[in-house]
Parts: sequence; structure tokens; C-alpha cells
Amino acid sequence: MIRVGRAPKRALFLYPGEEVRPSERPKVRLHGATKHAIDTGRMRLMVTAGLFCFAFTSISVRLVDLMLLKEPTSAPGLRTAASAPHNKLARADIVDRNGVILATNLPTVNLYADSAKIGDAKAAADKLISVLPDVKDDDLLRRLTSGQRFIYLRRHMTPGEQMSVNRLGIPGLYFEDSERRVYPQGNLFAHALGTTDTDNRGSAGVEKTFDQALSEKREPLQLSLDLRVQHAVHETLAAGIARFRAEAGSAVVIDVHTGELVAMVSLPDFDPKAVGDSPADSRFNRTTLGLYEMGSTFKLFTAAMALDHGTSKVTSMYDASQPIKIGRFTIKDFHGLNRPESVPEILIHSSNLGAARMAMDAGTETQKKYLRAFGLLSPLSLELPEVGTPQFPTNWRDINTITIAYGHGISVTPVHVVAGISSLVNGGKMIPSTVIKRDPNNIPAGTRVISEHTSDAMRAMMRMIVLEGSGKQADVAGYEVGGKTGSAEKVGRHGGYSEHSLRTSFVAAFPIDAPRYVVLVVLDEPKGSKETYGFATAGWNSAPTVGTIIAKIAPLLGVFPMGHHDTFEPLPTLIAALPNDGKNEYAKKAVASVPAMMMDELARPTISMAPMPTGSRPDTIAALIKADVADLPDVVVEEDGAAQ
Amino acid sequence: MSVRTLARTDVSVVGRWWWTVDKWLMASVVGLILIGIYLTFAADPPAAGRIGADTYHFVKRQLTFLPIACLAMFAASLLSPRGVRRFAAIGFIVTIVLMLATLVFGAEVKGARRWLTLGPMSLQPSEFVKPFLAVTAAWMFAEQKMKEGFHGNLAAMALLFTTVGVLLSQPDVGMTLVCCAVWAAQFFIAGLPLFWVVLIAVAGMGCIVGAYFVFPHVASRVDRFLDPTTGDSYQVTQAMRAFQQGGLFGRGPGEGRVKEALPDAHTDFIFAVAGEEFGILLCLVIVGLFAFLVFRALTKAMKEENLFVQLAVGGLTVQFGLQAMINMASSLRMMPTKGMTLPFISYGGSSLVALGVGMGMLLALTRRRRDAEGLSS
Repeated sequence: MIRVGRAPKRALFLYPGEEVRPSERPKVRLHGATKHAIDTGRMRLMVTAGLFCFAFTSISVRLVDLMLLKEPTSAPGLRTAASAPHNKLARADIVDRNGVILATNLPTVNLYADSAKIGDAKAAADKLISVLPDVKDDDLLRRLTSGQRFIYLRRHMTPGEQMSVNRLGIPGLYFEDSERRVYPQGNLFAHALGTTDTDNRGSAGVEKTFDQALSEKREPLQLSLDLRVQHAVHETLAAGIARFRAEAGSAVVIDVHTGELVAMVSLPDFDPKAVGDSPADSRFNRTTLGLYEMGSTFKLFTAAMALDHGTSKVTSMYDASQPIKIGRFTIKDFHGLNRPESVPEILIHSSNLGAARMAMDAGTETQKKYLRAFGLLSPLSLELPEVGTPQFPTNWRDINTITIAYGHGISVTPVHVVAGISSLVNGGKMIPSTVIKRDPNNIPAGTRVISEHTSDAMRAMMRMIVLEGSGKQADVAGYEVGGKTGSAEKVGRHGGYSEHSLRTSFVAAFPIDAPRYVVLVVLDEPKGSKETYGFATAGWNSAPTVGTIIAKIAPLLGVFPMGHHDTFEPLPTLIAALPNDGKNEYAKKAVASVPAMMMDELARPTISMAPMPTGSRPDTIAALIKADVADLPDVVVEEDGAAQ
Repeated sequence: MSVRTLARTDVSVVGRWWWTVDKWLMASVVGLILIGIYLTFAADPPAAGRIGADTYHFVKRQLTFLPIACLAMFAASLLSPRGVRRFAAIGFIVTIVLMLATLVFGAEVKGARRWLTLGPMSLQPSEFVKPFLAVTAAWMFAEQKMKEGFHGNLAAMALLFTTVGVLLSQPDVGMTLVCCAVWAAQFFIAGLPLFWVVLIAVAGMGCIVGAYFVFPHVASRVDRFLDPTTGDSYQVTQAMRAFQQGGLFGRGPGEGRVKEALPDAHTDFIFAVAGEEFGILLCLVIVGLFAFLVFRALTKAMKEENLFVQLAVGGLTVQFGLQAMINMASSLRMMPTKGMTLPFISYGGSSLVALGVGMGMLLALTRRRRDAEGLSS
């Protein structure tokens, strides 16, 4: 700027490109233009410098204002800084479906040593042992002199222990904030919740499945399990195991419309505080990981398949007198009627032959298709790491079709059974089961596996099993239980079935006119007793256990008891459709339990009963009956009262 | 020492360099580097502790990069103006290629692909694009005036659009803003008509507002600046407390606490560490050094007789000064926080070496020489 006068010197050199221009004029023009550009540049550089001057001055003024003139607003950010790592620790709580805490954290401290900063290790070790006597002497001294900079001496100390260690005043000892997972309900949810390791990371159960969410998020994880129901089921199952001297047992309660598991108990269980000391058998979750041949319970699936596929009708008759011979196997019945039986009779008397013939009529491919639809051939999609994969023959031959029809030669978990049975009784929809609470407005629609007609027929037949068949002891007055027993011979130590050790089960739905819950109890090797007249089959142990469970949990779950009469409407129509040749004594009894009025109406010739169950809907017929008797006010009032 | 070994009559490359380079500029750079080393020891160990590395992990890395940066600076400052021009043009192309490579091979860090991993080191090519773009654009602007029929302005525009295109696909909004600002400043110095100056200023504002609506993280930062209660302004709040705690003399070396609470204490908020530990005196020294360096370089540019050199020096200076200004202003809560290093002081290998290269070119261009020496064809 000062040396603008030097500009003429520029004539001494050539600019790039100048030499190729012989003409004098452009050169002069260019020279002038360049000079002009440089002068403009100088002015503009001054403006730029001015802007920078303003910026740096502003920064300096701000510095003076902030650092010298302003009063500090508060103490330095220590408080914030100190609270930050503490927040980082907290693992989110786990709560039950009503918000009761099932897993939470207790703040604790860990004691660690920096051996490089401990002066007299021997003295330090002696002092430490004086307040923490269970720390090992020789080991402690070796570790304190190891030269390591970070040695855990004790995790999760009590405040009292922390204070006494602090009072020793040993340099090189430090406390680290920590937390410990606590399960206020003890054993009750042991298998569902799972466990955490010493670093509070999930190592089993939902603690493992949701480990990341639990350690990152603050809001609690809400399970579908209900503390009250879980407790009732746990208590009843434990009492059942003791009463029938069983080895082990499991019980599951599921909501048939939402797929939510409301209770899930596997016994023996373990104390989460001392999971390391518990035997492996206790840590084993029988409800989701245990694979069992369910026995006769499976006949419900076989009947549903045969009815829905159309190869059987409720009135179809099957010969249960002649054993089936296939290859080297002979299938016999234990408690058949030795005469042709209808489908309800096959279920009531739990006829293996009948079930086998139904399955043979439907065919292997149909059986596979339906079992797959009921979810029995694939692992559970449950939010637990412990889920079992069903075992079934890869080469599915005729003999397998026959045995699987009555629940042998296929192993599934108890949760598979309740999820599958739910789809039989809820109108025919398979809804994936879950241990996480579902939003009532956002329940998965599910996939249709059987028709509503079939579902109605299944409910009617399950009710009849309880009224007339092996499930009598599961009935609860007012709660209309429908269900099915299963007694499978356990596979012995040396292979082959053992006649004397049974695994008994009972699966039930209630209330059967509009089922809300399915309950399953499995008892491992229950023994006969005087009380059971020496019997060890399901009807004598699992069935009454389920009955007790329903009696306890139905009020908790808001299921209202019915009146004195059994008002399940499809039932009378179903019974009427059965052959009544005088030998059908259970039908007489069942009919006797139906209001006389309804039987009168059934007798009316205007209502056709003939092509019954699979063709027409029983409850539609019942509705017709109801409409027909609407002109009898006294009776209708009584019936309405009962139905409420 | 060196004066004795390098006689006035020494005509070797280094000898000539010593007698022609601007000692004031060099002294202020050395001053900044020394302060940088000092603050590295203060701010880097807690950062290393946070990632669970060895205490001096970052210090060691920074001290490894420093000689490389100094060497790059020295080597670049040996160049003639023509050499600078060629070096920058080649450098620009190489850098653009490397930046494209980050889009393909780069590791994604916090939602952006900016880093190339080369063995044990990682390289951020976008740091290098700033000085190279400034010098190459200066060349084009100068050619517009000096060569008839050459559309230098359009060429410079093409350079900018190429750079911005690649930067936004990474995405790196901050770096884009700096490149645009430096480019616009150069266009301004190159004699852009005032009508266009106003228009570009308006367009620039438009782009900033556009970035607010297009990039959610930009919007969140601006919102938090305008109203700290809308979100997490933890870092800035901590920085404010640090400055207040510092006062006149500071809490003393090693007594600072903010470096333990701030995740970015060794990079974006190192100015706050300086303020807390060494008080306003060191802060003003840092501001003073940056200001001196900028004014000295701009004065040299004003005296310059060659348009290219004038524009290149202007551009490099604006880039350097703007970066320092943005870093200090955002840690003083005078503008929304923007991840930008404080030149020669913050931790960051790529940034340090790129600054060395840029400062080297600046020193080369501001060396005393006979008019247009090294530029005549």
C-alpha cells in the first residue's frame, strides 16, 4: 500500500501469456487491468482485515466479560460430573403386567486396590483381614504385592463394611460405585427373569434377551406375567408335586386372545441370589426349554385337524375294538369301549386307536400341515434365550403318523401346547406367544388355523371330557372348565418306554363358553397313593392340580363364575347329535345337567340336528333355540340370570 | 545459532529460505505450536482415560504428528510461488480422489464417512482440501484478470462445486461452510462487483438456513444455541463454567476440572481448558497470536504486486483465521457449536499436518523475492 509507487517496475517482466501477443494494445490494457485488480484487492483485503479485527476484538471482549466481570453462577461442574457416571450404571427395572417390581438395583460399592500405591502390604493385609475376615490371608498378601494397578478385593460391600475399611486409612485402597441386581420376589420368577453376572449383564432369561435395552434405557421392561397369578400357580404346583410325590413339574397360564403368558412356573427352581449354588436341574426352564412327549393331550390336535380338514365329522364312527398292526408294531387301546366310537367318545375315553384312525384318514401330509400351523414343529418365538426346538421324525412314516396322533414320537415344550390349544379354543387363530405385555389396542391379528366351527366343536368336546371323561377332577363349580388329560410313559434310562414312570399332563381352557385362559400342568413321575386308589395317571394328579389353579386364579383374572346350571350352549346340540343307543350312559348324565327347557326345545322337530358339528355352527342353533323361547318370560329371566 | 551458520551470502536453498522467509509469521506459528504442546499435556490425558487408553495415548500421537506437520510446513515453504501453484493443483486433485475414496472405503463414525484407514493411521482428507482449494481458486481468479478470454471465475466456481459436492455427501457441513466462506472471501478480494457481493452474501445466508432444515444435527445445534433449554447443551455449559473458574490467572496447571467432564476437551473445547487452567492471560495471548498472524499475513498480501499471490495469501489467511475464530467463538458460546479444531493447538493428526501444509504455502508465498520471481513464464 505504501509502496504503490513501485508499480512501474512491473514493466520489467512478462506475465504468463503476454509473450504470445505481438499487439501492443492488449498488453497495455492487461497491464492496466491487472494493476486495477491489485488495487481493488488491496482495498478488499483491508475490509477483510477490518472484519477480522472486529471478530478478534469481540472474542477478547467476551473473554474479559466472561472471565473477569461475571460472577460464577454456581460451583464448578463437579456435581453434574459426579452424578453422570452414577446414572450410567442403573440397569432398568423389570416389572410384572401390573407394574409390580420383579427386578431392580441396589447401589453398592466395590473395593479395589492399586498395589503400586500400597506401602506396607503385610500391614495392609493384616488390617484388612481384621475387618473382612473372610478374605483369604495368603492370597490377599500375594495379590497386594503383585504390582497390579487394579485388584478387586470385594464386590458389593455393605455400607457398614465400607465404613470399617475406610476407617483403616490404608492408602491405595479405593471404592468404586457399583450396583447389584435384586429380585424382590425371590424364586418366583427365577426362570422367566433369568440372571445377571457380576458386571450386571444379563446371562439368562429376559435379562439376557433384553440386556441392551435394559442397560441403555431408563423405562422399566414390563412382562406379561402377573405376580398374583404366578404366585397362585407356583404355590399350587408345589403343593401338587408334594402331594403326588412327583419329581418335578411345570405349569403355564396363557391368555388365549393375546398370546400373553400370564404365569410360567418350572419346579424345582432356584434362588436368584445364589444361582451359582443351585443344581443345573433347578436352573432348567421346563416350560420353554423342556421337550416332552405330551401323550393323549395331543389327541385334541388330531381331532381338530380331522374335523377341520373334513375327513372326520363329530358323528364319524371309528372302530376301536381291533388293534392296528403295522409292520412289527401293534397299537392297542387301554380303555377303549371295544366298539365303534364317535369322535367325542374317542376323546372322552382317550382312545389311541380312534385317534390313530382319524390321523390315518387325514393322511401324513395333512397332519404335518396342521401341526406346523399349530406351531408344534418350530421353535417358540418367545423372548427368552431358553427355547427348545421340537423333536419329530425327519422321515415321517405311517407308524409316526399313528403314534403322533396320540402324542408319542413328537416332543414339544409346555408353552407349545398352551399356544396350540389356545388356537383351538379362541375361534381358530394362532397368536404368537410372548412374555412381554402387549398393548391391548395392538394385539397381533394372528393366523387362522382352523375354522370357527371346528373351534366350537373342540370346546364342546373338551367340556365333555371334563364332565364325563378323564378330566372330572379338573372341574371347578361355576367356571366351566374344558380340557384333556395326557399320561405319557417316560423313556427309561435304557431306552424304550417305562410303564411305571409316567409324565402326566392336563391342559384346560376356561370358561369354556368363551375361553379366556388356557392352563397346563405337567407332573413328572407322580406316584399313586391310597388317596388316588393307586392310580398315577393324569386324571388323578394333573387334573385336580389344574382345577385348584383355576379356582385360585379365575377370581384374580376377573373371570366371573356362572350360575348353578351349565349354560354352555353348543353342548346339548352336540350331545343330541351323538348316537344314543342306551349304552351311551355319559350322554344321559350330560343331558341331565342341561336345563330341561333347552332339552324340550331340542326335541322340537323344527330344528334339525342331523348333519351337525362340522356343517353348522352349534351356537347358531342354540341362538335359534333362545329366540324361539323368547315368549316364555319367566324362563328367559331365569336363564339370563344364570348367564350373567 | 542458525544465523551464524547461515551467512547472508549463503545461496543454498535453505540459506535463501532463511533470509527471505517472514520471521514474524514464523515466530507466531512457533508460539502457537509451543502453547499447543503445553495444552496437549493438560487436556489429552483425561481424554485418553475416557477411551480406556494409556494416559499419554493422545499426547504421544500428537507429538508424533507434530514433527510431520513441521516438516511439511518447512518443505512447502521452500517452494516458489509457481511451485506452490503446481503443488496445490496436484494436491487438490489427489485430495478430491481420496475424499471420494472415503465414501467407498471410509469407516462410518457418528453418521459420517470422513476417515480413511491406512494401516495404523487414519487420515481425514477433507482437512487438506481447504488450503489446496484456496490456492487453486486464487490461481483461477487471477487468471480471469490476467489472461484474456480465460473464464477463471467459472473455473473457480467449478472447483468449489466439486469440493462442496463431495463434502456434503460425506456429509461434512462445517467443512463445507468454511470452504465456501474462504472461496467467497477470495472472490470478494478478487474484485467481485458489489452487487454480486450482496447477492452471494444473501445466497450464503440461504444455504445456512437450508442446512438448518436439511440436516437434523445442524438444526439441533442451532436450536440448542438459541435456547439452551431445548436440548443437551452440557458441553457448552461446562465450558462456560470453566472460563468463569479460570478468572485472571486460572486455577493453575493441572488443576482444571472441565477436561474431565468434557468429551471434546482435547479438540473442540481446548480453549476452555486453557481458560480454566491458565486464566484470561493465556487466552488473550492465544487470541493475540492468531490476530497478529492474520494481520501480518494480510498486510503482506496488501503489499503484494502479484494478483495470484495476493489472492492465495488472502485465501489461506482467511481460512486459518476463520477456523481459529469459529473454534474460539463457539467455545465462548458466541455461536452454535461446530466441530472445528483450534489451529496448531487442538488434538488431531490430519488437521495438524494439513495446517502445516497450508501454513507452509503461506510462508512460501510471503517470502521476500524480486517481483514475480518464480512466476514469469
